[in-house]
Amino acid sequence: MSEGAGAAAPGPERSGGKAPPEAPRERATHRAGSEPTFLQRFLRNIWSANTVTVTVLAIVLAMVIGAILIIVSDPEVLAAFGYFFAAPGSALRESWAVVSDAYANLLKGAIVDPAAVQGAINGTNSWELVFQSISETLTYAAPLIFTGLAVALAFRGGLFNIGAQGQAILGAIGAGVLGFALNLPLLLHMIVALIGAVFAGALWGFVPGYLKARTGAHEVITTIMLNYVALLFLSWLIIQEGIQDPGRSDAISKPVDSDSYLIDLPGPSLRANLGMVFGVLACAGVAWLLGRSTFGFELRAVGSNPDAARTAGMSVTRTYVLTMVVSGALAGLGGAALVLGTAHNLTVLVVGQIGFNGILVALLGRAKPWGVLLAALLFGALQAGGNRMQSYSGISVELVTVLQALIVLFIAAPAFVKTIFQLRAARAARLETSLAKGW
Amino acid sequence: MSTATIEELEATEQRALLTKARVTGAILILAGAFSAIAFGALATGQDARFTLSEDAAGAALTVHGTTGAIVFGVIAAGAGAALILGVAKRWYLWLLGIGVVAILLSFLCWQISSAPPGLNYMPLIDIARGTFNAALPLIFGALGGVLCERSGVINVAIEGQLLMGAFAGALVGTLAASAWAGLAAAAVGGLLISLLLAFFAIRYLVDQVVLGIVLNLFAVGLTGFLYERLMQTNQAQYNQPVGFPVWRIPVLADIPVIGPVLFEASIFLYLALAAVVIIHIGLFRTRWGLRTRAVGEHPTAADTVGVRVRGTRYRNVLLGGVVAGVGGAFYTLALVSQFTKNMIGGKGFIALAAMIFGRWSPTGALFAALFFGFADKLATYLGAISSPIPSQFLNMLPYLATILAVAGLVGRVRAPAADGKPYVKG
Repeated sequence: MSEGAGAAAPGPERSGGKAPPEAPRERATHRAGSEPTFLQRFLRNIWSANTVTVTVLAIVLAMVIGAILIIVSDPEVLAAFGYFFAAPGSALRESWAVVSDAYANLLKGAIVDPAAVQGAINGTNSWELVFQSISETLTYAAPLIFTGLAVALAFRGGLFNIGAQGQAILGAIGAGVLGFALNLPLLLHMIVALIGAVFAGALWGFVPGYLKARTGAHEVITTIMLNYVALLFLSWLIIQEGIQDPGRSDAISKPVDSDSYLIDLPGPSLRANLGMVFGVLACAGVAWLLGRSTFGFELRAVGSNPDAARTAGMSVTRTYVLTMVVSGALAGLGGAALVLGTAHNLTVLVVGQIGFNGILVALLGRAKPWGVLLAALLFGALQAGGNRMQSYSGISVELVTVLQALIVLFIAAPAFVKTIFQLRAARAARLETSLAKGW
Repeated sequence: MSTATIEELEATEQRALLTKARVTGAILILAGAFSAIAFGALATGQDARFTLSEDAAGAALTVHGTTGAIVFGVIAAGAGAALILGVAKRWYLWLLGIGVVAILLSFLCWQISSAPPGLNYMPLIDIARGTFNAALPLIFGALGGVLCERSGVINVAIEGQLLMGAFAGALVGTLAASAWAGLAAAAVGGLLISLLLAFFAIRYLVDQVVLGIVLNLFAVGLTGFLYERLMQTNQAQYNQPVGFPVWRIPVLADIPVIGPVLFEASIFLYLALAAVVIIHIGLFRTRWGLRTRAVGEHPTAADTVGVRVRGTRYRNVLLGGVVAGVGGAFYTLALVSQFTKNMIGGKGFIALAAMIFGRWSPTGALFAALFFGFADKLATYLGAISSPIPSQFLNMLPYLATILAVAGLVGRVRAPAADGKPYVKG
């Protein structure tokens, strides 16, 4: 296979100003006539605009911009830049010190702290401390897997589910209310609460799906609006008698029964819980659903061309409704993973941003189940590392939000990354941006 | 199309209009009857006073609680009956308006007359002021959205534009110790988000809804990060902007009720109303507006006659960012005079709702924003008179109204045809 073959760049790439790659031509290798070695091929392909390279470079680019933000917002470093021309080394050294310290803590908080490993070997601290970082990463990743899957699934069905936030809120309500209202044995209680979350989330997905199928109301608009309806409903619910914690005057519900907790897997001192396991199972389930089931086939058919699907005898409206129901159920599980896994109470901010972050995760995961898993892990790692960065380096964890937004911004515009880094066109052109379809 | 088909079309339209009027009429009769019976029964014999001031003092319109609730309910039912009887064609909007307002008044008679003693009044000036205060950022945001979307670029990033505007306004307004500098910086803040939106949407054809969501998060993260790095530890140096004073327009401000609300306000109110007028005239009466709308409805056709599609879109998106950014400054330079993390808190999405509910038109956006602002203020007011109606449900009104509007249950809204579709010359 020669380079450039089959590199039919999709629309966005072509119009990105760059002409499609040159026609296949023989590249001069060191010894003319001989096949290029595996290493040569590998090196040549690594600098092309394939999915992995673009993703890695997007992360790098985002980190660079993050570093600039850290520098320009640090008064001391800025002061050093004040006499930059007198002592350029000092300014650069201070910048490097601040940035490297921040990012080192980001890594330590996301993966592992070498000092803790050293301590564990020497016996000065427990081994649990070594796994603390990984545990935090998995804890933050679990809910994002569900909301990411929810958005990704809808994406594949040609629907843009902005409403994962609202569906997660409903899921949290379903799980939370069943969590403290019932009194069931261990495991059973958890399962019942999760089912409650599935139904509540599915209901909140059904509404926009039904409206779209019945009236043509665009799901982006209706789901955005339903997010806020859900939030307001939650903020009303948690101050009602019977729901609100009787011992508290602020807006917080009773705690869920400990029998309904998602069990802490590694032990009580680490927060990682069963949610992650369910997340992986959900990935497998969605992968099966999309790739192997009849519904998944219809979903993808409707997603890629509703008219053709209709002509082929599929019910587009039914598929829309079902897709949104399944999507809402998944997002609902995300909310449940938070309430039953870590929060244990309903508060106004209980689901945080997992719905909106789920959109980013789905985009980063290229709307593929296992891609979503990896993307959620990355986002979870950033969040966990960001917390450590905040407490150890004093860099606000909000920087993580900026990084996440930038990463996805660059992922969504592969042509931009390609231009910045002067990448070759990829052989397998998988990087099409999903073209907007309007309201 | 032949004449016959046009006549047929008109005929079906008339029939459709009549049924629509009848359905509306029937709903009004039911709602009016419900109001008269339910609100009438719930209202107490106390008077409901609508004072023409900011508190209980001064002249007031006084209605007996039970009587008012019943009478206004009957009026609404009457408007519904008139709609059914077929006076509809010309008076449809008026009758609908009368009906809705009458139901609202019936509801208020119940609420005010049942309020705890001493609170049985509704200060109209205070309500109107609160309505405008809640509506102003929505007006700016929705206008920013209208500018973008009329040219065919979806703007879900209104939230981010407002937030950046608020932040930049506070930061520069403090550093330069000048409200005007803050206002200019706010415009630049909104512009910055718009720049990213335009660049990635028009140049790199990224899905515009995705972009909007990403840019909102970007704005939340960036302003939150800088807030914690700069403002939190050093409020005096970075976060105490000089606000705009209240400008009182001499003679006009003496008009009762309207005067103190419309002619004794900060610059933002005047700017908002001026922007509505200018953008309305601009969109529907000038060459620029015609081109903008052409590009938003049918870019290929516009391109064929020589309109620069991408250039027009760039210009409009950037302009929209400026308008929305100014709206953000209303928070930090007039309303609270301080930036706090994520202070827009979803108002950008209500602005989006106002734009859609206002059918992508400047005047529509104005009225939608005022309606949403009123719902917001009403929720606060009912909370203050310890009403049993939860404020959260009133706050849902904008969102529910928008869902109903896009679902076509109360008139159909339609986006510009090419909204969100990137233009690829081909």
